Amino acid sequence: MSTSSLEWSAARERPAPARLWRTGLLAGAAWGGLGLLTARLPNAIRDWPLTAELASLSFVVAALLAGLALAGRWVPARLRAAGPWLVALALLLGAWQLFTAKLGWLPVPFFAPPQALLEVYLEDWARLGESLLHSLALLGSGVAFGAGCGFLAGVSIGWSRRIGYWLHPVLRLLGPVPSTALLPLCFFLFPSSWSASVFLIALATWFPVTVLTWSGVASVERGYYDVARTLGASPWFLIRRVAIPAALPHVFVGLFMGLGASFSVLVVAEMMGVKAGLGWYLQWAQGWAAYANMYAALLLMALVCSGLISALFLIRDRALSWQQGAMKW
Amino acid sequence: MVATARSPIPTERGLRLDIRGLAHAFELKGERLPVLQRLDLSVAPGEMVALLGPSGCGKSTLLRLVAGLEPLQHGELLADGAPIAGPDPSRVVVFQDPTLYPWRTVWDNVALGLQARGLLRQQRGRVDEALAKVGLGEFAQAYPRQLSGGMAQRVALARALVNDPRLLILDEPLGKLDSLTRIAMQGELIRLWQQQGYSGLLVTHDVEEALLLADRVLVFSDRPARVLAELQVARDYPRHRDDPHLVELRRQALELLGLGKDW
Repeated sequence: MSTSSLEWSAARERPAPARLWRTGLLAGAAWGGLGLLTARLPNAIRDWPLTAELASLSFVVAALLAGLALAGRWVPARLRAAGPWLVALALLLGAWQLFTAKLGWLPVPFFAPPQALLEVYLEDWARLGESLLHSLALLGSGVAFGAGCGFLAGVSIGWSRRIGYWLHPVLRLLGPVPSTALLPLCFFLFPSSWSASVFLIALATWFPVTVLTWSGVASVERGYYDVARTLGASPWFLIRRVAIPAALPHVFVGLFMGLGASFSVLVVAEMMGVKAGLGWYLQWAQGWAAYANMYAALLLMALVCSGLISALFLIRDRALSWQQGAMKW
Repeated sequence: MVATARSPIPTERGLRLDIRGLAHAFELKGERLPVLQRLDLSVAPGEMVALLGPSGCGKSTLLRLVAGLEPLQHGELLADGAPIAGPDPSRVVVFQDPTLYPWRTVWDNVALGLQARGLLRQQRGRVDEALAKVGLGEFAQAYPRQLSGGMAQRVALARALVNDPRLLILDEPLGKLDSLTRIAMQGELIRLWQQQGYSGLLVTHDVEEALLLADRVLVFSDRPARVLAELQVARDYPRHRDDPHLVELRRQALELLGLGKDW
């Protein structure tokens, strides 16, 4: 901790970065090595297509990194910070390449080499893209619906004792039930599997958003209300301008948890009934023993989910810029 | 100076407060806990009255009743002859904690009252004026976490003053400040009060502060609170804390509070 903060202050004091970006040079060498490994070592079990192309891609990355390393001073700070990871990434890809395509240590249909994933992205991008759009539409509808209802419910329970009297038992009974457990029920209660899935995703999002919004509104200091009341605030003003902004940090924690829960419901719903989307794609690929397609879809899913969470944190940082030292994603 | 010298500017801006036969009790685990008993008190327009008493004696409850934050149980509470039924921007409280909203900038905090009453759009200039009055014009865009304790309390003061209160209710407003900031803020409170001409009701633990700021000091007993004595401070502002008259009154006040012999 102390050494890293020392390094940090030293880096700040330095007027200009060093002329040569050493880690970048190392990363360039690693990527060059990856290219050589891919191109020169013979494939073990079968001749994977796109091997030469993957090697060329590695060389391009290596050349770019080397160029940047020599340019040194103009490398953006964020890329500079990612330097060690660029080296590690090349090493990991190299190991993957080695154990699958080159040595064949990992059993073939189940483990695909990197070039097989590249092939999936190049050949099957239309179906993957369509699945992605489908997933996003379903997730977006469900999360928007659930978060909206959860926010309203949380504010109402936190504010009004009478609404709380009716909502609180429902929340306590229904909230902790895993949404996926209701899946079979919802598929015959709802007119379409799509609407059933929207409902379940909304339910999974609703619970944490409600609970945390409620706790946020309930824990607002009485003094905040007193101040506004003596200055002539109406009840509506107290809710909108005092309770909600004061509860917002809690609301964002709820949204974060709700979004996480919604991902798993989305995938299960797509696998069980919706017949579209990334979850369905995963199952379809597995059914055809197209494991490379499965890995490609998983990777895409990881990137998209991570991107959505990052976007949420970005919004939070904007909305709560008055807070100091909030957690960084 | 004449011995009867009083507040220099009794103006029509100040509110007349009359409290008659006020009694109040709290329910604590099924038991009735009386905090105020048969209290009579008047504040003339433009007058500053300090309430001095042991902690927990019910002074803050009295202030909350006057502010309209606590429902009246027994007795009469009149503002300019009309009964006090709830909070009103003519009677503004400055609390011991500045209770600034951390999500609002200093400017937006000061604008709170005008915004709540829908006046902000036409009267934005008054926010800047209020900030200038407490000397924080340059900090308009800062957030409360960036302010020191004294600055935050000055913002709270500006947030109250922007509403042109006719009665300013001060609930130990300087209680949490360090002694140097405290002395500076006492001077500031006197200056603002003289400029604005509102009536004032000040609760404090600090005998010296009460004597420096108020026309009259009421010394309260332990709970349930009764008025033990009323001390008239016959001095013009600004007062000096080593003034023999103030030293004598301080001795009397401390004796009433049961601390006479230790001094």
